[in-house]
Amino acid sequence: MSFKKPINHHPKLETNKLGLTRRDYEGAVSTLCAGCGHDSISAAIIESCFKLNIEAYKVAKLSGIGCSSKAPAYFLEQSHGFNSVHGRMPSVATGANCANRDLMYLGVSGDGDSASIGLGQFVHAIRRQVDMVYFVENNGTYGLTKGQFSATNDLESKNKYGEDNLFKPIDLATMAIQLGATYVARSFSGDRDQLVPLIMGAMQHKGFALLDIISPCVTFNNHDSSTKSYDYIRDHNEAVGKTDFVPLGEEISTSYKEGSSTEISLHDGSKLALEKTDANFDPRDAGKALNFIREKEEEGKVLTGLLYINDLAKDLNETLNVTQTPLSQLQQDVLCPGSEILDEINQSLS
Amino acid sequence: MHEVKSIESIQSTNDFVIKFANVNGSGSASANQMFAKAMFRMGIPVSPKNIFPSNIQGLPTWFEVRVNEKGYLGSRGGVDIAVAMNPQSYSKDVDEILPGGYLLYDSTWKRNFNRKDITVIEIPLTQLCVEAFKNPKQRPLFKNIAYVGALSVLLDIEYEVLKNIISEQFVKKPALIEPNLKALDLGRNYVLENLPYPLGITVSRADKLEDKILISGNEAAGLGAVYGGATFCSWYPITPSTSLAEGYEKYAKKFRIENNTGKNLYASVQAEDELAAIGMAIGANWNGARGFTATSGPGISLMSEFLGLAYFAEIPLVLFNVQRGGPSTGMPTRTQQSDVLACAYASHGDTKHVVLFPSDPKECFDFSAQAFDLADQLQTPIFVVSDLDMGMNDWVCDKFKWDDEYKYNRGKVLNKDDLDEIENFGRYLDVDNDGICYRTYPGTHPEKGAFFTRGTSHDEYARYTEDGEVNAATLSRLMKKFRTASELVPEPVIEINGEDSCGVIFYGSTSPAVHEAKDILKEKEINIDLMQIRSFPFNLDVWEFIANHDRIYVVEQNRDSQMRTLIMAEGGISPEILRPLVHFTGDPIQASYIVNKISEREVNYKSHINAKKR
Repeated sequence: MSFKKPINHHPKLETNKLGLTRRDYEGAVSTLCAGCGHDSISAAIIESCFKLNIEAYKVAKLSGIGCSSKAPAYFLEQSHGFNSVHGRMPSVATGANCANRDLMYLGVSGDGDSASIGLGQFVHAIRRQVDMVYFVENNGTYGLTKGQFSATNDLESKNKYGEDNLFKPIDLATMAIQLGATYVARSFSGDRDQLVPLIMGAMQHKGFALLDIISPCVTFNNHDSSTKSYDYIRDHNEAVGKTDFVPLGEEISTSYKEGSSTEISLHDGSKLALEKTDANFDPRDAGKALNFIREKEEEGKVLTGLLYINDLAKDLNETLNVTQTPLSQLQQDVLCPGSEILDEINQSLS
Repeated sequence: MHEVKSIESIQSTNDFVIKFANVNGSGSASANQMFAKAMFRMGIPVSPKNIFPSNIQGLPTWFEVRVNEKGYLGSRGGVDIAVAMNPQSYSKDVDEILPGGYLLYDSTWKRNFNRKDITVIEIPLTQLCVEAFKNPKQRPLFKNIAYVGALSVLLDIEYEVLKNIISEQFVKKPALIEPNLKALDLGRNYVLENLPYPLGITVSRADKLEDKILISGNEAAGLGAVYGGATFCSWYPITPSTSLAEGYEKYAKKFRIENNTGKNLYASVQAEDELAAIGMAIGANWNGARGFTATSGPGISLMSEFLGLAYFAEIPLVLFNVQRGGPSTGMPTRTQQSDVLACAYASHGDTKHVVLFPSDPKECFDFSAQAFDLADQLQTPIFVVSDLDMGMNDWVCDKFKWDDEYKYNRGKVLNKDDLDEIENFGRYLDVDNDGICYRTYPGTHPEKGAFFTRGTSHDEYARYTEDGEVNAATLSRLMKKFRTASELVPEPVIEINGEDSCGVIFYGSTSPAVHEAKDILKEKEINIDLMQIRSFPFNLDVWEFIANHDRIYVVEQNRDSQMRTLIMAEGGISPEILRPLVHFTGDPIQASYIVNKISEREVNYKSHINAKKR
């Protein structure tokens, strides 16, 4: 079932440049379990859209199947949503993106959806550089079918019933960097301060942006022997640094230690400011980023933050040389060659 | 040339079958097509059929051309002239020649074929080309052109016609015109100087094709998609549908370029698999563009899950299925009509789909363009189902026509102004009581019209529901929509040929064979009434035709008589009335096959009736 939220606003709620409150960016009441990481991610998406003054109706939300894929119903009520079939959201998003390049595309997926059944589509959406923000709400488990291991669950991480996981995990973030995704970040649903700027950066990035967000499943994968639990991630999370989102026309206000900060311009002119904890790390260098992720993994840490960015790549529509006008808005006068040309074609076929 | 006088050679004008036997990948296709085109240019009805293996190089391949002034262009069977260029397949090729027929082979390596009843024409093609051309890579290619040259003298083909075809073919590579003409003359001169000519079989200008064109169904359907306003194509390579997507791209590259920017007014994506291909097309349609995908049988199986989603969430989509031989990987390069049920009922749960069955390239073009209107009007997948025979071979058909007054019908789509007027938008509210609801494209209105598209059960406002009554109401409304569809899809073509006739139902590429069979049966005093089914769901005309006949043969190219099953299931028609007439070898059905099956059973029927009367 879906339940609508009451629309009464407190009169003193903060508004953004569009005169909208955070409530205006909400969706239906979540039916996920209380404490589900996915709800925190929805809240961070709402916060990001509010801060970026996004017009919700110019956003399309797409998802596959699973707990994560229900989430788009719980934010941005005024956006069109598309809950497609299991693992196939990337293809639907690809077609939608070609049909109308003016909208912003938010793809919401999970680890079952993206790392197993939909791995092929995930890979090819990256390869084609579909201009979208791709959320993996990663909890290492199949929640809707009651707790089977997913392909991102760590080898040493047991399930709720104490059973061993037999296979090594697929790391979607590492894979995305190798495949040429142009914005790759990892975060934790419980770290809103880190998550919101990363989402905002991804939204302003042109090209394929992956947000691999560890989002604990309170019901099936939050126990002591799990490596995707709230406690485990709080203890083992190591950020590459602090990321701030600096809107277009604003100056960076935070002061950083000299030599440790990196500034990254985004497509619309806004910036991401990154205060790095390790001077050797450079999110513009895929090789270094991959090494750094591996090093931290060997230390038993989960590296989070903006792992890789490349702001120069062409997106799919540019590669295909598609007109700036959304294809969905083209009218018959430019689409149909008409009878005279058809007569010429007839001539050439006779 | 060994003239064997003991057998009478076949004598005919503008009525024969010639079969070219080649090695796959040896460049014979363009020479063989040149031959077929020459027939067309002389105004003689012609049907070339490429019979090829699922292979790129090395295996035997054939190109069979039926030339028939009366316009009978289905597969005929038997070979009057064999052009045997592949020693690998000599024995089969020679066996197929009818008594009195002719065999042309490359006598650089002489053979004795052990057939006393045919005329063997020896031309040392390889030797001639080795002597005439320096480039060893070009020699085998020119050998093909040389046999066309030889045939032009043997069959009396107009030389100018061939010269023009060569000039047109190489208009962008003019340097190749001269050597091709040289090769043509090589074959011509050899015959003129060394052999008796013409043969008993000749051609003669007929001018029967004034309003006709020669094109494959796939290219026609691709062009139809351009005319129908398709801006998005996503596809995965599969024989025999690949050339449909390529046809779309070919014409889009010509006619869909933005004037001042040079940018594309379309997007075509080669997907990673069929699932992605249909997913992309659904995404594009959901977002307001006209999108399609093209595939063949295995692709239909793979796309089935998404087809259920598009059906249930009511998203327009056009899907071309160019059928091949099944089941499974089956015979990828042979023709069948064995996906009728797989398309009509594709996907799990209660689903039914609109299916169009073109019967020639003209209908491929027309139905392709029309399918985009139907998809938008009905907000559901529209299948356009052809087959390899019609899709990949060039067929003679009527010229394409387009009415410039005709406006695309984008169906029930609400724009911003409409939404401003509406109090209560529900994506699945059946406001007009025809089963078709109003949709909105994403990005239309700041406050109204957004909804959540889903494959889960949903209420009239697109909200998730587990209320069984609500879901049942949705399923019932979809049936109402399906009934509405029966009034919009192409009606059958019915031909009544006299009282007390039996009926024949057919569809798709069996059309030429059925029409030829009708004329042959008439000579045997068996009249048949014809109904060419052009779409599913069936409309009232279909049921009326069936009601007016007590026995109907259903001609189709599959084992299980799938169209018959569909008619019986959908109309509650008695199995006794509908009699299967099936052919499923992967080769196109022949008129003689239909004639034999019908006359045999009609004779039985009539003697049975007469016995009753007595």
